[in-house]
Amino acid sequence: MGAPDEIADARGGRARDADRAAVLRQALSIGVATGAYGVSFGALAVAAGLSVAQACVLSLVMFTGGSQLAFVGVVGAGGSAAAAVATAALLGARNGFYGLQMARLLRPRGWRRPLAAQVTIDESTAVGTAQAALRPDRPELARFGFWATAGAVFALWNASTLAGAVVGDALGDLRRYGLDAAAAAAFLALLWPRLRSRRTRLVAAAAAVVAAALVPVLPPGAPVLAVAVVAIVAGWRGPGDAGRSGAGGDPG
Amino acid sequence: MSTWAAVLAACAACYAVKLAGYLAPHRWLERPRVVRIAALVTVALLAALVAVQTLAAGRALQLDARVPALAVAGVLLWRRAPFVVVVAAAAVTAALLRAVA
Repeated sequence: MGAPDEIADARGGRARDADRAAVLRQALSIGVATGAYGVSFGALAVAAGLSVAQACVLSLVMFTGGSQLAFVGVVGAGGSAAAAVATAALLGARNGFYGLQMARLLRPRGWRRPLAAQVTIDESTAVGTAQAALRPDRPELARFGFWATAGAVFALWNASTLAGAVVGDALGDLRRYGLDAAAAAAFLALLWPRLRSRRTRLVAAAAAVVAAALVPVLPPGAPVLAVAVVAIVAGWRGPGDAGRSGAGGDPG
Repeated sequence: MSTWAAVLAACAACYAVKLAGYLAPHRWLERPRVVRIAALVTVALLAALVAVQTLAAGRALQLDARVPALAVAGVLLWRRAPFVVVVAAAAVTAALLRAVA
């Protein structure tokens, strides 16, 4: 892979710009896709009883879709504030592991480090690490992919959250429009790409059964938190066959 | 805790987790068991959220329009439909079933 690149570099900026443009197109298309998801988040947040301003603060400051959706899900179900906070934080734990990967790729210094942490989410990490794997000879493309995706998703996610919250606020009783089912479908869509290994499918099935069984027993919000135990039990021992394969390497 | 306090506390907690990845000692976060459990916690919580959002009505379990709506979402995900299509189709399915009932 090195030689063609050196030729491209020798030819000057044109090839370099084409690579960057391709990364930028990818970043923008991901931004547009998550924007549509932001509309559903905004509408679901106001349906759960949050104000438009609270929905927008979640998207601006929390800025991690799964945790935001889980937070409003627990609040909407009548769960305690503590359960909502704990569920959001646990679901956001994967961002910490993304940060570990991105810290190596980005090597951010000074004010860039807290900023990079804020925009370290599924999408920006996926593009950054994918570029790093595709073009190990061009680390600046990985950095550009991370920041471009982060910027595109941040802009469209927040604009669409505001739009969804305002529209949802105007529509009134959103249950009538099937938005409670939309929330379940959104969680399923987030879960789907993580079900590649047998272990993750088993854990997902066990967690769903345990959570449903605990609904009549525990206060709202607690059944979801309780399944963290399922994950700890299932993950305590490594995959019996091949040491470190399987769920552990899944960047999600 | 008011809703605003919960919103701000949850935002702070999620940011702390993000920042921890940049600041924490790599040795600790790279233990295979920690990495494995973290990935499985995400899967378990998302699956639990699917189950609770589909079946819970307060503190009771209830089979209603959400179940066929989730089935539609599952088929569309299997057919590799985009996120928006999946979510919108689930909402439309539930709304139509409720309008008919």
